[in-house]
Amino acid sequence: MSADTKVEARDVSVYYGKKQALFNVDLDIDSRQVTSLIGPSGCGKSTFLRCVNRMNDTIEGCRVQGKIRLDGEDIHDRTLDPVKLRARVGMVFQKPNPFPKSIYDNVAYGPRLHGLVSRKDETEELVRSSLQRAGLWQEVEDRIHEPGTSLSGGQQQRLCIARAIAVRPEVILMDEPCSALDPIATARIEELIDELRENFTIVIVTHSMQQAARVSQRTAFFHLGILVEEGDTEKIFTSPTDKRTQDYITGRSG
Amino acid sequence: MSDVSDFSEPSDAHSFRNTEAADRRLRKRHAAERRFRFYGAAAVSIALLALAALIFDIVGKGHGAFQRHVLTLQIYFDPDVIDPRGDRSSQSLRMGNYTSLVRNSLTEIFSGATGRSDRRSLGSLVSTGAAFQLQDMVMADPSLVGERRLVTVPFADDADMYYKGYIRADTPEVDRRLLDTQIAWLDQLERRGHTHSEFNANFFTSGDSREPELAGILGALTGSILTLCVTLLLSFPLGVASAIYLEEFAPKNRWTDLIEVNINNLAAVPSIVFGLLGLGMFLNVFGFPRSAPLIGGMVLALMTLPTIIIAGRAALKAVPPSIREAAMSMGASPLQVVLQHVLPLAMPGILTGTIIGMAQALGETAPLLMIGMVAFIVDIPSAFTSPATVLPVQIFLWSDSPERAFVEKTSAAIMVLLLFLMAMNLAAVLLRQRFERRW
Amino acid sequence: MSEHIVKSFDEELERLRGAVQEMGGLAAEQLELSLRALLEPDPELAEQVVEADSEIDALEQRISQDAIRLLALRQPMAVDLRQAIAAIKIAFDLERSGDLAKNIALRLPVLKGFANRGTLETVARMGELAGWQLHDVLRAYSGTDPVLAREVWLRDRQIDDLYESNFRVYLTYMMEDPRTISAYTHLHFVAKNIERIGDHSTNIARSVYYLAEGVPLDEPRPKGADAKTAYVDPPAET
Repeated sequence: MSADTKVEARDVSVYYGKKQALFNVDLDIDSRQVTSLIGPSGCGKSTFLRCVNRMNDTIEGCRVQGKIRLDGEDIHDRTLDPVKLRARVGMVFQKPNPFPKSIYDNVAYGPRLHGLVSRKDETEELVRSSLQRAGLWQEVEDRIHEPGTSLSGGQQQRLCIARAIAVRPEVILMDEPCSALDPIATARIEELIDELRENFTIVIVTHSMQQAARVSQRTAFFHLGILVEEGDTEKIFTSPTDKRTQDYITGRSG
Repeated sequence: MSDVSDFSEPSDAHSFRNTEAADRRLRKRHAAERRFRFYGAAAVSIALLALAALIFDIVGKGHGAFQRHVLTLQIYFDPDVIDPRGDRSSQSLRMGNYTSLVRNSLTEIFSGATGRSDRRSLGSLVSTGAAFQLQDMVMADPSLVGERRLVTVPFADDADMYYKGYIRADTPEVDRRLLDTQIAWLDQLERRGHTHSEFNANFFTSGDSREPELAGILGALTGSILTLCVTLLLSFPLGVASAIYLEEFAPKNRWTDLIEVNINNLAAVPSIVFGLLGLGMFLNVFGFPRSAPLIGGMVLALMTLPTIIIAGRAALKAVPPSIREAAMSMGASPLQVVLQHVLPLAMPGILTGTIIGMAQALGETAPLLMIGMVAFIVDIPSAFTSPATVLPVQIFLWSDSPERAFVEKTSAAIMVLLLFLMAMNLAAVLLRQRFERRW
Repeated sequence: MSEHIVKSFDEELERLRGAVQEMGGLAAEQLELSLRALLEPDPELAEQVVEADSEIDALEQRISQDAIRLLALRQPMAVDLRQAIAAIKIAFDLERSGDLAKNIALRLPVLKGFANRGTLETVARMGELAGWQLHDVLRAYSGTDPVLAREVWLRDRQIDDLYESNFRVYLTYMMEDPRTISAYTHLHFVAKNIERIGDHSTNIARSVYYLAEGVPLDEPRPKGADAKTAYVDPPAET
């Protein structure tokens, strides 16, 4: 494990009931970089993503084997509560899912939950800075108390990102964050991801290879639950080593 | 045309789309659709018609109960009659014969009616409540004794029925409840302007009575409200808690499956069975009081519980999983996820289910019969343990009574019940709107 | 290589490769014909070569347009991306080679009466060598053969060596008889052109190698003698 490895997965296998969804994955995710996970549907990339903040715990019959370490600390350790883990590892979902509350309350929810803020002015400041980081502040400044669901799809997704970064996580997991957005909104999110890279470690699952190529520095290709190839994004997209990767990214039936 | 599986020739496709047969198929399809629409509209119309007929019938029969005819009499508070001891003490005044005051006043008007039977049939035109009314006046103000006052008293039900036109003078005397002489007197009273009709406030302010003109709905209404309070307070928290536990926390195994099946079965159990359960458990084993809203509420809560649980689970299931995921990914604990996010979103659905359950409970009679809430109770219940009856039971009791005047009481009580139901639904709609949010 | 899910993508790539191969064939033929015209000498043939060059130019135009369209519409990745880029680069090199062949043909009027048959044949041999290089590199391209491409790349040294030694010979002749300076200068240009065509073949070889392997061919190449420093002392004044 190198000095700037943030998340280290070793021999991770995931089972849904009797069906194995992920086979012995070894993957290092570097700090302050964007790592994209690509692969066909059902290849286990989302499953892997959801292992990192233990969202799989909530799925009935889901079993995770192997070790995942966050800064060298085993996330399945008994002493690490998933609630605490999720404060360190935020998540943004495929479909923008703001709470049916005001924009303000959406962003303030996490900090209040984890006791990051106590006074009203602190909360306001954190909400403002989080929305600014998410590039949404200017658009919602004067309607911060309107419901978050009244925003457009792209704005909602940025609100979800603002909500995630408000608790100052170390890692942000993004599960196809742009698949429901138009190209302009997608470009905004991608630009935002690039900016967030300075402070956060980002793992993004995407179906768009162009997007993976645009936003990430590292790319991992999953196929049928196996991590086939992993490396610099540039290398993966210009000259992948494995034939399965080649076939997938060039659109061959393989 | 011969080879249908050949897609390569678009002109072919074009030709088979434009044949006579194709046109016929299309026409048939449109016709089927029109027919279906017509059936649907017809079904809705029939339902509406039935509802309108019902309401028309009930209102037609029941509107009379909100009016009553009263008689204004010159009453001489004769000290000899109402103050046998002559000391104006309350004991003495309570012993007075107030019925005579009314009869005396009436005989003053109809000086011809001097015979005993005439006096009695004349007196029976006025409600027996008149005597109590006069007594109450005197007890409240003893200085009235020896005075003359104009007092308005209600007619007896038969007289009221005559004025309302339900008893007709042209039916043979033996077939009606009023004698020819009585009818003559009533006509005279009306001609002389001693009578008028007024809003029957008594209907809303008093309890049940053997005398139709004195019977009111308040006792049953209060009983219903008290019972429903108990039902709501018991079944809502229990139902919601059960729904949340079963839907969000319980492990999915054979036990929870069994519980689910049983809850669904429970919803279909005839209500009288719940009444038997209440009788067996609450009254016989625990020895709770009979006829009490508390027990009625408990029995109805048992009956409502499955409805609320099923509706609650459906509402919880309908909350999009994305909200759960969002909350969970923010680090909310499972309980926080449910209480802060899922439950508020499920609330409208849960409330709908609750209202359906409560409406059912409101209209329920059978289980209450089993625990004695069918008793004839004059007093308006003042506590959860005082004997009471409820609206539907009251309706049942009145509809069973022989007097003609109870027919309109029955319909009026149904109207009150329906209004109560509507008020409940309105409350539910308002609550739902408060909780309802888009996501 | 398995087929693309989108069939028309395969067709477009195939068309691109076909055009590059066709262009390579034309360029090699141009070189061959220009050299033959020089040796015969055959002014009509030279004329033909000059005229045929526009055909190569047009092909280059078509290839780069097709490749750009492919990039824009298909957003190719990995080997497909390399295929498109290689087509553009190879087409450029072939177009330059064609130009150089035309340039050789254009010098025919000056060299028509050239007396020294020997030097002329040496140049033609050099041209033949360049032609083989071109042939081989095109074979490497059509077979996506990195080994052959690397061989071509290494073999360029022979042409460089020949060019260098020719240069020395020309210098010597020119010093001996200043009247031949004009002819030898032109002949030198012909040799230079051939040497340049060889260089373009190595460029193509590199493109083919990258296309096949995904990594650039960047090992140090053994360099031959360098004509840039060739120098011959003038004979003493007599």
